[in-house]
Amino acid sequence: MPDIRKTSTQSLEKVSATDTDALDSEVTSVDLDLVEPITGNTATEPVKARRTRTPIGWYLAWFWIAAVVISAIFAPLLPLWDPAVPDYNNVFGGITPEHWLGGDTLGRDNLSRIIYGARASLLVGICAVLLGAVVGGILGMMAGYFRGRTERVLSLVTDVVLAFPGLVLIIAIVAILGASLTNLIVGLAILSVPTFIRLARATTLVVTQREFVHAARAYGAKPMRIILREIAPNVVMPIAAYGFIMVGVFIVVEGSLSFLGLGIPPPTPSWGGMIAGGRTQLIEYPHISLIPAAVMFLTVLAINYVGERSRKLFEVRESNL
Amino acid sequence: MSSTTDMSTDTGSVLEKTRDDRSADDVVLRLEDLVVEFPAGAGQVVHAVSGINLEVRRGETLGLVGESGCGKSTTGRAIMQLPRPTGGSVHFDGRDLAALSPEEVRKLRPKLQMIFQDPISSLNPRRRIPDIVGDPLVVWGRGADKDKVVPDVLRAVGLDPDQVADRRPHQFSGGQCQRVSIARALVLEPEVLICDEPVSALDVSVQAQILNLLEDMKARYGLTLVFIAHDLGVVRNISDRVAVMYLGRICELGPTEALFDAPVHPYTRLLVSSIPSMEGAQRGEVGTGEMPSPVSPPSGCRFRTRCPLATDRCADEVPQMREVAPGRFTACHHPVLDTAVGEPIAPAVTAVPTTPLTASNGAGSNGAGSNGAASSRTES
Repeated sequence: MPDIRKTSTQSLEKVSATDTDALDSEVTSVDLDLVEPITGNTATEPVKARRTRTPIGWYLAWFWIAAVVISAIFAPLLPLWDPAVPDYNNVFGGITPEHWLGGDTLGRDNLSRIIYGARASLLVGICAVLLGAVVGGILGMMAGYFRGRTERVLSLVTDVVLAFPGLVLIIAIVAILGASLTNLIVGLAILSVPTFIRLARATTLVVTQREFVHAARAYGAKPMRIILREIAPNVVMPIAAYGFIMVGVFIVVEGSLSFLGLGIPPPTPSWGGMIAGGRTQLIEYPHISLIPAAVMFLTVLAINYVGERSRKLFEVRESNL
Repeated sequence: MSSTTDMSTDTGSVLEKTRDDRSADDVVLRLEDLVVEFPAGAGQVVHAVSGINLEVRRGETLGLVGESGCGKSTTGRAIMQLPRPTGGSVHFDGRDLAALSPEEVRKLRPKLQMIFQDPISSLNPRRRIPDIVGDPLVVWGRGADKDKVVPDVLRAVGLDPDQVADRRPHQFSGGQCQRVSIARALVLEPEVLICDEPVSALDVSVQAQILNLLEDMKARYGLTLVFIAHDLGVVRNISDRVAVMYLGRICELGPTEALFDAPVHPYTRLLVSSIPSMEGAQRGEVGTGEMPSPVSPPSGCRFRTRCPLATDRCADEVPQMREVAPGRFTACHHPVLDTAVGEPIAPAVTAVPTTPLTASNGAGSNGAGSNGAASSRTES
């Protein structure tokens, strides 16, 4: 499978990124496509009509991500129970027409808490990754472009942070500054910065060798312009693909921290907090913990699947250039 | 040198003056004792370019040829100060670029442009063609002219501005990408264009198109070209004068036709005779051995390890550039002055007693053009 894909993409150098996932998934359908007459000038016109079947998982993953994100964004507009108000008729409640996913140990509606919990989990995951990617990306590009002392200092900082146990760092931050959404985001961002620095630096080292960077220097562009205009657009894609996967990782980390009581403080619902809340009743009422755990599992799985696949598509595209 | 007397005046007035009288002595670019070295790890040094002296006259095309790894591209980049040379000077319009501050060099860059070997790698895959071509204008605060200048330049290099408007480099062929690169280099209206193997990566039919385009652009924009290539046919086609490089040094310099018809330096002879010919039957000397490592180049003349005429003197003494005929320079102790290519070489008569290193029978020591000596060399 991989070698077939490689040769087919090499022979079709002009196939753009959106088309390569077709090649990636269904070699047979690509063969059918090749039989079709190609109209227009293929050298100068993008081939757009080649999109064929993509694995069903790709759509399912996107569907799940979209469902979680949209319901999280529009949670206040949805006809949900208040996630913070206990309903004593619903304590340990099972699945009923009023409470679709039952109630928790205090009788709060599980569905409502999962949707509001998604807001916290996604906010932490996305903001921490964005912060880490922007800071790490810029520092990494500077290390890769300027080399010399800049690179040595940043490598040292990177090594130090990476050598520090992540969980201990977060616990230290929370212990000193207190548990809050902002502190959690900043702590996770600090943890992710070194990896983003390394990724950005490595990509920059490759991109800087390309002749368009020499050309930009030759016509007198200043270093910051070269980094932002010439290098950054080429570093963004690998960073984004990795960042996407990191969102999933951070959702899990947030869950773990909330489970340990170091995450988002109650009563604000979060997935980790919900799993932790149900653990005392795990034998008798397993759904209280298992439903948020399953939602987290599916979300992270979908994010990883989409992220991994995007990364592969991106790599194929790079090798075409 | 008219350019050196203008050193006190600003470069703008030099430009005005020299555009008017384009005499043969009007040197726009002069390399003096240019040295480029790179650290090779373990305390070793790569001697990429070792003391080059070269003058480029305004309006001419100077070809720079040599094998891969001989330092010709490094020379081109050293002229551009990318990276800056280790030693020596690069005089451009009478100013020594190597002595200027980075910011002063940057200010001169619009007049000194370069195009590169790999047309696709030369263009940022994530930017659109008009942005790529117009970027130099934006850098120099002329972004407002973009909409006017960029279509003109694109048309000049044979691209339809409307057709390329929203395209990215990967939607073009190599030849088209090289046209875009040329457009980007010309948009600032440079005086000197350094072409670093601009056609090596292209199909032969496209090579001819790009060479013609360079000729047209040279006439239209009044360019001076430094044309770096390993393809002798291409260089012969486009150059007015040719400099032959070997292992970081120039071994021969002269007008194109004279140099190709009657090469003086043994290395040039080797190169010229190695051009595949359709006439077939005639076979020149076949190059023996490979180029030594630039980390530890041979003493004296760097070509001596492969030279059929090498003597002890070649190992001891670095040959200096000297004029062997009007306008023809060579750095060789034993230049071949009379024979044409294809005829067997014989060692030239010199005052120093010679002992060919590669000849088994030592027949060269009498200095006569004996066929026996030549044949023994071609066999070895």
